[in-house]
Amino acid sequence: MAGPDGIELQADVLVIGSGAAGMAAAIAADEAGADVLLVDRSLIGRGGATVMAQMTVAVALGEEVPDHWQHHLADTLAAGRGLCDERLAALLCENGPAAIRQMDNWHAGWARHHDGRIRAAQAPGHDRPRCVYVDFLATGPAVSRTLRGQVQRQARIRRIGDLCITDLVVADAVAAGAVGFAVSDGAPVAISAKAVIVATGGLTRLYGRNSASANMGGDGYALALRAGAELVDMEFVQFFPIGHLAPRLIGMDPIMWDPFRYKLGGRLLNAEMREFTDDYGVVEDGTYRVTRDLATYAILKEVEAGRASPAGGVYLSFQHVPEERLRESFGPVIDRLAKNGIDLTRVPVEVAPIAHYHMGGVRVSPALETRVPNLFAAGEAIGGANGANRLSGNAITEALVFGRSAGAAAAARVRGMNRSPFEPRFAAPARALLAGGVPQPGLNPAALVAELQQIMSRQVGPFRTAAGLEAALGAIARIAAALGPVPPGAPRPFDTARLDWFDLRNMLLVAASVTEAALARTESRGAHQREDFPLLGDAWAVHQTVHLEAGRPVVARTPVRTGAEAVP
Amino acid sequence: MSLVAQLLIRRGAPGEAGHWDRFEVAFERGQSVLDGLRRIRVEQDPSLAFRFSCINANACKECMMLLDGKVVYACMARLEPREMRLEPLANKALLRDLATEIAPPDERIARAAPASD
Repeated sequence: MAGPDGIELQADVLVIGSGAAGMAAAIAADEAGADVLLVDRSLIGRGGATVMAQMTVAVALGEEVPDHWQHHLADTLAAGRGLCDERLAALLCENGPAAIRQMDNWHAGWARHHDGRIRAAQAPGHDRPRCVYVDFLATGPAVSRTLRGQVQRQARIRRIGDLCITDLVVADAVAAGAVGFAVSDGAPVAISAKAVIVATGGLTRLYGRNSASANMGGDGYALALRAGAELVDMEFVQFFPIGHLAPRLIGMDPIMWDPFRYKLGGRLLNAEMREFTDDYGVVEDGTYRVTRDLATYAILKEVEAGRASPAGGVYLSFQHVPEERLRESFGPVIDRLAKNGIDLTRVPVEVAPIAHYHMGGVRVSPALETRVPNLFAAGEAIGGANGANRLSGNAITEALVFGRSAGAAAAARVRGMNRSPFEPRFAAPARALLAGGVPQPGLNPAALVAELQQIMSRQVGPFRTAAGLEAALGAIARIAAALGPVPPGAPRPFDTARLDWFDLRNMLLVAASVTEAALARTESRGAHQREDFPLLGDAWAVHQTVHLEAGRPVVARTPVRTGAEAVP
Repeated sequence: MSLVAQLLIRRGAPGEAGHWDRFEVAFERGQSVLDGLRRIRVEQDPSLAFRFSCINANACKECMMLLDGKVVYACMARLEPREMRLEPLANKALLRDLATEIAPPDERIARAAPASD
């Protein structure tokens, strides 16, 4: 299959990842005339976080109530606790309405009032109802399906699933393609491209309890780092406060209780069956007011104080909501809950914080380009737009907006470019790694992944201390030593242990980046809470960046960019 | 006495003589068959191959396999404290163990690659 120079595939624009950001980028680049190759390590348009999102999309449409994107921006900046890159946040808020209306034109199916206006719910942190959705709990699947349909309709967009990218190819400091392997047969693949867009989503798989797909191991952050790009705000991991904990529920997304709270309020109760958020400064009284970082804090403090529910979280109760109202709001979902033995009119469920989203990510310009020329990034894979804490509903909006922008910018870049600077010698180290080494029957990468998840949950979760973070760095180094520098054994079809090896290689680099940045930030802000530095530090209104030096992540500081500054 | 689920799993890749492997996993009420398979990979055999992406939400539709001869999603089928027989989908090309080629034909690498000459 390989050509004489070892290249199997060529494209103007290579898009890695096929969630909302990747598919939006592919569509935009194609519309701008570029030859696009869209690849995913799983099936196209089915993996990642988008398809899991059962919640809402924040956008200043102004149909529910009058609104303006600058109000959305003000709420985004307030949630970000002084750390938003205002240029990216403004891009998100200003272009959100057009992206949502385009999805509407493609029949995404936003919930509507009888008079045709798109419905919007009020979510915590927003000054007015601004969050659109698709009933029932179907926002993410609807967004995925709609974009997948559009991608398929564009005959020129080539799509390849089950292709795991292991390294980007850089030619004299310029992005030139990627190397990876086909999961189905294990064969190595080299891709020559004039521009590359990383749209691989976040890093929730680093944590034991998480809300996303198994392929969210932060691979894009590691790819970008190794290619010479910087990461930013890596210490800010968002925990979703009310992830489902018990009773065991199958066939449902663990973040499903958020829309229940939007529509029905619900009550958070500790083991004494008492509402407790007022002890932490937010009186809810059956409504949904508490922001994510504060809710996470309050729940974990209740657990620490010995007031946990049996499974180790707190209760969420809808017992005060009449059954007719439950049915009217969530009809078929109530039946799915019944199949799981859950009757909300009779019993509360148990919830606890779970890793949900990453504010940090690849550092990009307002044109979504990294410091490596021709390397772009989009969606959850980038950092900066959401600062220290993401406002509810901004994730799908940013995926669509940044995806479109990155696709358009990459297409503009490749216009007039004769060829990619790809040469086989630039891909040689990555290809050599794919050849593999001596088999090691005793090595269990799946067990090492589980070990890393436990350490990250315990030491690099919502609450951190210097001692815990240092212990985590030691454990990360031990796991890296156990994993070794070369994947054991030769390539073979659908080798899940080999896939885990390459995943863990990335996860360890990303875990070290998060932990080093968390250790360096000696204050508490948004999603980064240091028990040994509990206060916000005025001097800490700065971004931390991470770059690689001799293969190790190095943390540096850089000022926060505001919208007033001229774009360089 | 703690209960166990016995998973009898059809193993092998194309060109190999297939065989059955038996795994015992601790049974916990409410768990899915996929939970059991993921535990086997962590605790017993990391080479066991099966597809999954979304883990729990029945969103990715990747974990289709045969349970006692019937097509199920492993994330939706409950683990039970008995022998459960798992096989790859019969009407899809086998990749390894319980993993089959389910990607649409025009989203596979062979189709998208330029013809070699």
